Amino acid sequence: MGPESSSPLFTGSVAGTLRLIFYLALAMVLMVLDHRNGWLWRVRYNAAVVVEPLYKLAGMPSAGMHALGVAFADRKLLTEQNQHLREDLLLANAKLNRMAAVAEQNQRLKELLDTRHNLTLKVQLARVVGVDLGAYRHRLMLDAGARQGVKTGQPVIDAHGVMGQIVHVLPSTSEMMLVTDPDSAIPVVIERTGLRTVAYGSREGDQLTLPTIPRAADVKAGDHLLTSGIGGRFPPGFPVGEVVSVAPAATGTFLEAHAEPSADLDRSQDVLLLHDLAAPAGPPAPAPEAGPPASLAPAVSSAAPAPATPATGAAR
Amino acid sequence: MNRTRLARWWFAGTLLVSLLAMLLPLPTVLEPFKPYWPALVLLYWTLEAGDRMTLGMAFALGLGADLLDGVLLGEQALRLTALVFIALRFRSRLRFFPMWQQTLAVLALLVNDRILLLIVRAFAGEALPPLAWWVSPFVGAALWPFLFLLMDDLRMRLRIQ
Repeated sequence: MGPESSSPLFTGSVAGTLRLIFYLALAMVLMVLDHRNGWLWRVRYNAAVVVEPLYKLAGMPSAGMHALGVAFADRKLLTEQNQHLREDLLLANAKLNRMAAVAEQNQRLKELLDTRHNLTLKVQLARVVGVDLGAYRHRLMLDAGARQGVKTGQPVIDAHGVMGQIVHVLPSTSEMMLVTDPDSAIPVVIERTGLRTVAYGSREGDQLTLPTIPRAADVKAGDHLLTSGIGGRFPPGFPVGEVVSVAPAATGTFLEAHAEPSADLDRSQDVLLLHDLAAPAGPPAPAPEAGPPASLAPAVSSAAPAPATPATGAAR
Repeated sequence: MNRTRLARWWFAGTLLVSLLAMLLPLPTVLEPFKPYWPALVLLYWTLEAGDRMTLGMAFALGLGADLLDGVLLGEQALRLTALVFIALRFRSRLRFFPMWQQTLAVLALLVNDRILLLIVRAFAGEALPPLAWWVSPFVGAALWPFLFLLMDDLRMRLRIQ
């Protein structure tokens, strides 16, 4: 910003080119280092003092729009919505009550079988910050971070199913990867048949891909996918998606299915972070206690840890 | 003295606002049409105050944008440095172009920027983006005359050099 001696018409072209080469080389070195080590997130964690207020600032318009929408919403609409929510709540409560009875029964039976699994679920509510992290990126910013006890790898769910997992944590915000992200992999089980497989995010759109289904397997459009719990990252039994199409894969050795995620990936404002998973990360402990006595059980448990490897590598 | 300080704040403020505009979410349908705001604002300052603009500033702004975006540290720094370098090279010509010609030049610069981005993404092993991804430079170029006139007008009003 100081006084420039040379005319802008004749700025030293050699010096300019050299400077360009210097900066380009610097940028490339940074990119390679970042790609190899991924230390952008460490830098970002330290720069959070500056970065997080900017996120808050950038998220304000969308929060404001939301508030405006609520403020100017039709009274009738709100009443209708309220009524609708009430009914939903009633239904959910009724279901929950029945579930509670079943859960209690289950608990008793399991105690009889001497297992230490339990159905309690520790969750934490978080809001989605309305920040655009680039087009075609299946990432969301949440308003809870390390100070709220969020850790990398925590599963994120909404009312309808699994949304994804936390991939990066800043002091008071965190970034989650949706199940539709090409880097995402989630071990699932097909509800109807009990077939275990892995659902990957897809490169094309907002769908899940299941590229490794055996040709002989029985999979149809309309099948529901649940988390299988293998790999230890996602607890078992949460809905993941619904199969929409099945076709032979390009390689010919497998069937490839596409599924629609069951969570409201575009519309969810509030999400739940799951805490304290029942099983630690890594291969699950063999569970011979559950089910019939070991003498009657077929040797299934030895095959179980095998599909766990893609899941542990899910978070890059 | 006061005037130059104001000018400096105005300069930094517009760049910060451009970063915020980059983070601002749009409805999903409009998402691919979002122009690359930091590039547009940076181009404006390169053309209007080219003696103040250096490659280092472009690099620093790019690094800031990378920190916010969280994709790959250095990606936007590379793109913005290249953009400002080309703009500085042809600055004396670009400034005296009629508006429509200038707009075309901006379009070429933005498309070039997208190609650079594509190369970086390809090296990082990411998939090719869909066709709608290429619309953004055109939206940016279409907005250029308005942005230029608006910023020029504001600058005149504030009487900033």
